[in-house]
Amino acid sequence: MPLDQSFVGRSWPATEPYQVGREKIREFARAIGATDVEYHDPAAARALGYADVVAPPTFPVVITMAASRQIVEDPALGLDYSRVVHGDQRFAYSRPVVAGDELVCVNSVDEITSRGGHDFLTTRTEVTTVAGEPVVTVWSKLVQRGEH
Amino acid sequence: MGDTLEPQTFRVTRADLVRYAGASGDFNPIHWSDRVATGVGLPGVIAHGMFTMALVGRAVTAWAGAADAVVEYSVRFSRPVPVPDTDEGTEVVVTATVKETTDEGLTKLVLTATCQGEKVLSLAQATVRKR
Repeated sequence: MPLDQSFVGRSWPATEPYQVGREKIREFARAIGATDVEYHDPAAARALGYADVVAPPTFPVVITMAASRQIVEDPALGLDYSRVVHGDQRFAYSRPVVAGDELVCVNSVDEITSRGGHDFLTTRTEVTTVAGEPVVTVWSKLVQRGEH
Repeated sequence: MGDTLEPQTFRVTRADLVRYAGASGDFNPIHWSDRVATGVGLPGVIAHGMFTMALVGRAVTAWAGAADAVVEYSVRFSRPVPVPDTDEGTEVVVTATVKETTDEGLTKLVLTATCQGEKVLSLAQATVRKR
């Protein structure tokens, strides 16, 4: 079944604030093998000009993937998550995420297309602080593989 | 212009995928269960695309010299990275080539990532502002 085209252009209410913890950044950095001091040591991070330990560039996906459940788990969209693979991913940064940030996500659907029996869903997530400061914009294209 | 940065090799094992699943919250079973992965037509357990993107991101930030130097970063996942259940796992090799440096001091990098000689990313690029 094709995805519901009426989702294109829709936006969702901001998600509940996500509190970025120092230990979560350290855990994520360890998981990707990023050993640089600014990901682990608050004093070293401050010496480099960050407010606290800084997150690696792909860290925001931890927050945006959870936030996008608002869209992908809506039965009306018609997405079968067991057939979904990740197509594209893009980040445009205003500034890096640092420990202590309280972030909210506003999700939108940019595009829904079909090609070769596969369906493509592009979501955009504007990640800002609770005060409204832009942090990063995240685009994800998910591919629902055709049933063959 | 046209500078090619030193290629970097990253080893990826099943343990890495388990650790990444926990840290990222992405518990899709195709990244830890051969049964589920083969059931959906994959050769076996594959790495999270975002894990591969994170490894390439390490190469980019290392080159740029700082985590906050990355202005934009995008990839297309063109082929899965199968990770066999062995001590050695597999390897992802990352290269970067300087495409252009803009008047605003931004450097555009074209990135590649290969596994077993096959490109696993396409349209991969980063824009960085070197410190």
